[in-house]
Amino acid sequence: MATNIEIEPGAALESALVTTESYENFQEMSSSLEEIKNSNFIPSTTDEYLDNCNNLDNDIHLNCSITSTNSKDEEYLQDEEWLSKSKHVFVLSSAGKPIYSRYGNEDRFASYFGIMQALVSFVQADDDSIRSIHAGDTKFVFLFKEPLILVAVSKTEECTLQLTAQLNYVFNQIASTLTLSRLVKIYEQRRNYDLRRLLTGVDRFIDNLLDFSENEPAFTLSAVQCLPLTSSIRDAISAAIIQSCSKIKNVVFGILLAKNQLITLVRMKKYYIHPHDLHLIFNLVQASESFKTVESCWAPICLPRFDSSGFLYGHVSYLAEDCQACLILLTVEGDAFSSLSEAKQRIVERLRRGSCLEAINESLASREESCMEVGFPELRHYIYKSKSTAQFYQPHISAPYSINSRRLVNIYKQAHYKLHCPTRPLKLLFERTPQDAILAWDTRGFELYAVLEPLIETSSAISTVGRLLNWIKKREDKLFHLNAPTF
Amino acid sequence: MLTDVKKIIVAKALILGDQGVGKTSLVLRYLEHEINGTVAPTVGASFFPCSISIGDTLVKLQIWDTAGQERFKSMAPLFYRNSNAALLVFDLTRYESFLNVKEWIVELNRNIDEPIVAFIVGSKTDLFKERQVSKDEAVKYSNHIGAKYYECSALYNQRVEEVFHNVALEMIKLQGDLTLTKTMNVCDGVSVNNSIEVNTIDYGTVIITGSSKENIAHGIKVNNACCFN
Ligand SMILES: Nc1nc2c(ncn2[C@@H]2O[C@H](COP(=O)(O)OP(=O)(O)OP(=O)(O)O)[C@@H](O)[C@H]2O)c(=O)[nH]1
Ligand SMILES: [Mg+2]
Repeated sequence: MATNIEIEPGAALESALVTTESYENFQEMSSSLEEIKNSNFIPSTTDEYLDNCNNLDNDIHLNCSITSTNSKDEEYLQDEEWLSKSKHVFVLSSAGKPIYSRYGNEDRFASYFGIMQALVSFVQADDDSIRSIHAGDTKFVFLFKEPLILVAVSKTEECTLQLTAQLNYVFNQIASTLTLSRLVKIYEQRRNYDLRRLLTGVDRFIDNLLDFSENEPAFTLSAVQCLPLTSSIRDAISAAIIQSCSKIKNVVFGILLAKNQLITLVRMKKYYIHPHDLHLIFNLVQASESFKTVESCWAPICLPRFDSSGFLYGHVSYLAEDCQACLILLTVEGDAFSSLSEAKQRIVERLRRGSCLEAINESLASREESCMEVGFPELRHYIYKSKSTAQFYQPHISAPYSINSRRLVNIYKQAHYKLHCPTRPLKLLFERTPQDAILAWDTRGFELYAVLEPLIETSSAISTVGRLLNWIKKREDKLFHLNAPTF
Repeated sequence: MLTDVKKIIVAKALILGDQGVGKTSLVLRYLEHEINGTVAPTVGASFFPCSISIGDTLVKLQIWDTAGQERFKSMAPLFYRNSNAALLVFDLTRYESFLNVKEWIVELNRNIDEPIVAFIVGSKTDLFKERQVSKDEAVKYSNHIGAKYYECSALYNQRVEEVFHNVALEMIKLQGDLTLTKTMNVCDGVSVNNSIEVNTIDYGTVIITGSSKENIAHGIKVNNACCFN
């Protein structure tokens, strides 16, 4: 496919985000906290992560249905509503103690947890690990990460890898609230510990994360979407954050976001944030209604990819009554609240003076033009991901998907899987169904997923995509955060 | 309004107690926020600045509403420093939450260098039918440790204002006692209205003894230099 684009849209030499392949496992990146505290800035080496998802040998295919035993807590097996859920997620300790269930009260089917634990440890005994069981249209996906076992039971069209990735997110969410070190230590001391004591309230975050990861392409793509803003405004916002925090030491990240879109991200030199960590922050903000009613909040947050052994402290606040963007200033200092509060005031003043608040509001309120209106009549929707910056752009969802966005999400998930399938990844995919056509393209610099009218000619699909790339390139300043500002 | 203000006192108030006892509801009700539906559990700790004027004195209360969830317990010591008042809240319908107030008192005593004025608050008086802690017992305990005791309902806005008003009063009293000693103490991170000049004279900490042995506090006083008079 020939395009006349020199550099792919949205690319930048340096990114504030760590760029990643999609289906990697949780692995801590560095022990950044100690480094920062000791002000001894040795850039951490990022090992290539072992991608133990790549091996599908341990998928077991069953043609049987699971039969129930007659225990007292099997009542959920009679519960139509519970059974009809398209995806269950369970978390248990490696000793088989229930920790979380997406639906229903986990205490009422404790014996299931026992079965799950038995399955995992049975396979484990042979120095092997169980990945998935396929029974009819139901997939049982397992993730064993010391000291927890995570299980998804899914009837969705998501593939094993995507389900494993979601389980990873759940694990990270738990690690993020307790730190991985503490989690491990707890079970070292007491193998039978009931972790729910420490996780009260966290189920809300896991629930939200699961909904979020099912519906948001950000999770599948390991990338974030930016709020469209002219680059001068975005730079002014970054500058306001940098200047206001200049005298405060050990601020690691300054993040401004609105409606699940990134406005800017300022980082400490040599430190990067992983998109997965950023997603946990988005999830925290989205699931915490309480942040909206308070002037500001001080919360411990562990970013497992950044450093799974300790907490960062987040000063979390919405900018102003008249601007619902959320500012998160992350530091390693537990007692920096008041200096960060003052910094926040200065940031808001600067943004007001520079008319940045208006610009943010305007962008939040603006109705983006549909593909049709900007001159792509055969294009229904698309997602463009710039790999070097771990950012993506998608227009608003419009007809015919506005009523059934789930369908669109599924098209993207399947196309994404085909491009990243470990056994036979495709570079280019063009598929047609009676309802729609999808063209997916994976290059070194970007991934593009375009959903088109089903009757489109192949050649015209290709030329549409070529024009689209040019169109995005012209707007890249606005659609992407191309600078990687530092404190 | 500000022209009448002769004195500004800045004080930090810490709210502690089990999860779900109604700490956040109490503050939100006092600050006249709408409480629609249920109040979400606090994450970490929330900061609410508020000003209470009593006579010619403006008390700027920096309220720290902490999270009661177990996993945040380790965070509490971050807030002890420089606190002037501690509101220990329990749910009148949960005896255990009352027992935990006692734990908090022990914990506070162990961790603070500077004494704090303690207030004990029994919440959810509206659920009187489910009450598990008698007034007698709560009052007795409060007297024993030299703390003031209040009962209120955030849901029906009963006696909520009184709690914070009394916190402010105690802060003024505390400051009055401090004037005698001629020592001033301003806590860090003070935000004071620009139009009023604040003189920081001394950063020393004063410990004064209150009515009861355990009830001692260190105070903050901001000099009453006001540019309006
Ligand atoms: N009936 C009644 N319910 C109340 C009252 N105050 C709070 N509640 C309820 O108690 C629950 C918990 O209230 P919160 O204010 O969130 O409690 P909290 O102490 O801040 O909880 P954490 O932030 O988790 O520590 C909510 O569902 C409130 O609606 C009250 O005065 N009466
Ligand atoms: Mg609360």
